[in-house]
Amino acid sequence: MPWNLQSDRPIYSQLIEKVQLLIVSGVYPAGSKLPSVRDLAAEASVNPNTMQRALAQLENEGLLYSQRTSGRFVTEDVEKVMQTKNSLAANLIHTFIRKMNQLGYNKQQIYSMLGQIMKEEEHHG
Amino acid sequence: MDSILECRNLTKYYPGCLALNSINLSIPKGQIVGLLGPNGSGKTTLIKLINGLLVPTSGELLVNGLKPGVESKKIISYLPERTYLNDWMNVQNMIDYFGDFYENFNKAKAYDMLQRLHINPNNRLKTMSKGTKEKVQLILVMSREAELYVLDEPIGGVDPAARDYILETIIGNYSENASLIISTHLIEDVEKILDGVVFINMGNIVLTSTVDDIREKENKSVDALFREVFKC
Repeated sequence: MPWNLQSDRPIYSQLIEKVQLLIVSGVYPAGSKLPSVRDLAAEASVNPNTMQRALAQLENEGLLYSQRTSGRFVTEDVEKVMQTKNSLAANLIHTFIRKMNQLGYNKQQIYSMLGQIMKEEEHHG
Repeated sequence: MDSILECRNLTKYYPGCLALNSINLSIPKGQIVGLLGPNGSGKTTLIKLINGLLVPTSGELLVNGLKPGVESKKIISYLPERTYLNDWMNVQNMIDYFGDFYENFNKAKAYDMLQRLHINPNNRLKTMSKGTKEKVQLILVMSREAELYVLDEPIGGVDPAARDYILETIIGNYSENASLIISTHLIEDVEKILDGVVFINMGNIVLTSTVDDIREKENKSVDALFREVFKC
């Protein structure tokens, strides 16, 4: 199954986001080994050089590390994975707030509406 | 950077028609490049020149530093736009034939890909659909451990669902450090597997760029840019 990528944004940055998501959601848990660049690229149906660049960037950020002979791994630092997760969540919330502002809701209204809908979901769930 | 293909002032005249107008092009090793252009833009002419099926009117073309000939053909694996396989042969015959013909043909790889695409090696080409025939031909081409793969319209005849599978097969099987040149109209389907693109129109190269540079600078896909540049 090829990864779902948008056609109007650089592929490289979308691959970074997608791999981060696979890590924080536990598909590739802390300390686990990643598939080879070639295999990941084939799975995502993307260019292997682009995948390589994306993984190298995540390595720079410390989320991945390479071992010369045995391949590429997710960091064993659970704290680091948690940080990444938090920053992804923060991004989502910023986007949410910006869109709510565009719709004309102020801070107070966002709070109350969020509370209300979460309560409703509890009842349904 | 080390290049696998180098064109210098490459020109090809057909009677009454200038097919390639003094083009300069360099394709680095290890890259997948899309050769994109409208019908009659010169894509297939360039591909035939690379494969030594046509001779330049003037200018120079070098494959890994070599003029097209026996030595360059050893390192190029070429998928032409039309099928040239013998209809009465079955897939296994074809594999043996390619194995005899090319030193760098990897039979194990061919059988592996056939299995993944659910093609029975005992079937004769005559009995196959157009799409399946194309898949067989692509498998034969990708099973060579070549330095340059030249694919002229590799996914034109297969259905959209099979395209991603074919692209996956291409990505998963080209030899390490090899380069690929893919000519196609189906830009949307292939752009994510490309490093760079070459836009060609009326025998001229009008743009060379990386895919992500286009997306970054124009905020649009290569497909959308192509539609804009070549708007009728």
